[in-house]
Amino acid sequence: MSGAATSENPVRRLNMIEAINEALDVMMARDPDVVVMGEDVGYFGGVFRATAGLQAKYGKTRVFDTPISECGIIGVAVGMGAYGLRPVPEIQFADYIYPGLDQLVSEAARLRYRSAGEFTAPMTVRSPFGGGIFGGQTHSQSPEAMFTHVAGLKTVVPATPYDAKGLLIAAIEDNDPVIFFEPKRIYNGPFNGFYDRPVEPWAKHAGSEVPEGYYSIPLGKARIVREGEAMTVLAYGTMVHVVTAVLAEKGVDAEIIDLRTLVPLDIAAVERSVQKTGKCMIVHEATRTSGFGAELAALVQERCFYHLEAPIERVTGFDTPYPHSLEWAYFPGPVRIGEAVDRLLPKNL
Amino acid sequence: MTAPGRSNLPPLKLHVPEPKFRPGDVVDYSDLAIPPAGAQPRPDETCAADQSHPLCLDLVRVLDEEHRAVGPWDPKLDPDTLRRMLRTMALTRAFDERMYRGQRQGKTSFYMKCTGEEATSIAPAMALADDDMVFPSYRQQGILLARGYPMVEMINQIYSNRADKLKGRQLPIMYSAREASFFSISGNLATQYPQAVGWAMASAIRGDTRIAAAWLGEGSSAEGDFHSAMTFASVYNAPVVFNLVNNQWAISSFSGFAGAERTTFAARAIGYGMAGLRVDGNDALAVYAATRWAANRARANAGPTLIEHFTYRAEGHSTSDDPGQYRSTQERGEWPLGDPLTRLQQHLIALGEWSHEAHEEMDRALADEVKAATREAEKNGTLGHGLHHPFRTMFEDVFEELPWHLKEQSAQAIRERKIKWPTWTDDREAP
Repeated sequence: MSGAATSENPVRRLNMIEAINEALDVMMARDPDVVVMGEDVGYFGGVFRATAGLQAKYGKTRVFDTPISECGIIGVAVGMGAYGLRPVPEIQFADYIYPGLDQLVSEAARLRYRSAGEFTAPMTVRSPFGGGIFGGQTHSQSPEAMFTHVAGLKTVVPATPYDAKGLLIAAIEDNDPVIFFEPKRIYNGPFNGFYDRPVEPWAKHAGSEVPEGYYSIPLGKARIVREGEAMTVLAYGTMVHVVTAVLAEKGVDAEIIDLRTLVPLDIAAVERSVQKTGKCMIVHEATRTSGFGAELAALVQERCFYHLEAPIERVTGFDTPYPHSLEWAYFPGPVRIGEAVDRLLPKNL
Repeated sequence: MTAPGRSNLPPLKLHVPEPKFRPGDVVDYSDLAIPPAGAQPRPDETCAADQSHPLCLDLVRVLDEEHRAVGPWDPKLDPDTLRRMLRTMALTRAFDERMYRGQRQGKTSFYMKCTGEEATSIAPAMALADDDMVFPSYRQQGILLARGYPMVEMINQIYSNRADKLKGRQLPIMYSAREASFFSISGNLATQYPQAVGWAMASAIRGDTRIAAAWLGEGSSAEGDFHSAMTFASVYNAPVVFNLVNNQWAISSFSGFAGAERTTFAARAIGYGMAGLRVDGNDALAVYAATRWAANRARANAGPTLIEHFTYRAEGHSTSDDPGQYRSTQERGEWPLGDPLTRLQQHLIALGEWSHEAHEEMDRALADEVKAATREAEKNGTLGHGLHHPFRTMFEDVFEELPWHLKEQSAQAIRERKIKWPTWTDDREAP
């Protein structure tokens, strides 16, 4: 079920870290099979504090630190899943996930298939991703497209605290391996891309209203951030907030779709919207070539070609490593988005 | 081109390992140190790990030159158990022979024998409890046979036929048998090692009593997964038994490319502060005893053990390579530790519990048993002869539920089928 707050579940305002922490807490309390592990996640509670307090509450055999070995973390999680546990490993930064790639791509993703369902890997790999925090090239990447290319993996990216909690609970309950990328730039506030202006805290954003207790948001269902007629925007994670702010400044009546799950994709929501607006802009922070935007553009072209009134626009990061000092020149911010909007809607020039 | 700079220093040299013998070479293994059987001490199962470390550079052996079981590692198995062990090893060899022939006859695409290495899977399987979880590599068919897994099921898998439990998805011999506590085999090497540790950790988290055991070859012990697994196992004191089958060859690369020129593989345990044993892998009793030691140690929460099984891959890596192209054909005959099946047979004969006549009779009966299982499996089809699983099953189990994009692709596969065979209505009736 998708969770509207109920009277039994009072709503508080949480930031994304608090919402993720609460999702883990809720699931650990509900399901003794859930274990949390990763570098620095135990006593310390994680470098971003996402697991704070969990070890004290659930004990060292359910929340524990691991060696610095992503291959080991994912490999061990596969074995735990085969035993019957439901591990939630944390990869400290998405940039660090590559040593664990073989265990994800060749093992976790294919275990159900290759064993014809005898063994499964019901794990949720949490990992902070994306830039905008001056993390340089090894703490800023957005590698989601790689995982969407792998048969057997689901890829989820939340954009609000409310979604982060509900989607993470759904991911943990899911019996397939889920890659859960947390946009670390919006852990503490809905960054709007105007890096030279003060950042708003989550407390002023409706997405920070998080009910207590259990609720889940089904994987594969997009969220319509804003209904509109002028164009369709497909985005996820941090870019949902950036594009929303830019389009508001430009006064464009856009329909903005937060995809929330990349695989499985909510294709119906995409089709419905593009067929209505006739224009489509895709925005992601990841590098451009073979990014998830390429897949989205192909799908929109295949399914909505005769509704399209203009070429599909892709607004992305550049095909370079994420630079440290030139971070904002890399980031697909208001200027890059603005140009694409103007190409789609020339009257706004 | 001359090297730049500091001319008073010797030029650096890259060492590229080279095996002692290549095709055509006369093989002489006299420089291989083979200590006498029975001479190795047997520390207490729950000893400090370092007490086992001298054994990492030694070789635990039980069967001596007169085919007697000697020394502190003698597991003192009763004759019925020994005969069961011998029978399972002979069955495995008969099974391998038949499946190898089947591949040559075009009944399947691929096969891998374990000839000469039977002891390294069958003796551990017998020393472990049947519900201990095993994470094998691709050459441990002996475990399934030791656990009484039906041969027909194995052959169905090898033929990828319509009765194949794995729905024809896996390369032949990449079995999965949950009911036999046998984990799904991966073709990606060493990945099963950290998975075994994870299973063992889960068992410990739950306060279970079952332990895990994993196998890999010396070649794939160079993978990062091996070292991740060793680290995790030692960090969490996981109840796991690591088997490293050193059969000297990884396809055409000799063990030197995995580090054998520097030290033993068992010695890697020393760096991790883990118990380690180096065992004569062609001595089924030594292998059994080592596994028992390690399993009891794990069960007593005394930690993991790395066991190097020193053995020899008597045949090619698989049906896809000809070992005569890269190693001397004399190696197999000259291998100083003999053949594991023959050695166990000789031991039973020396005990007065077996005879050549009984052995020949057993071999005939086993060949018939394998033949009967093969015929039974062939009723379900062989690879490429039409009796495969329905097309739609190709899309099942990618996820628990079929997402829209796989539903669309499944419909396309069915459509393609109908275009190619317009009269086709159901997979099982397809030409």
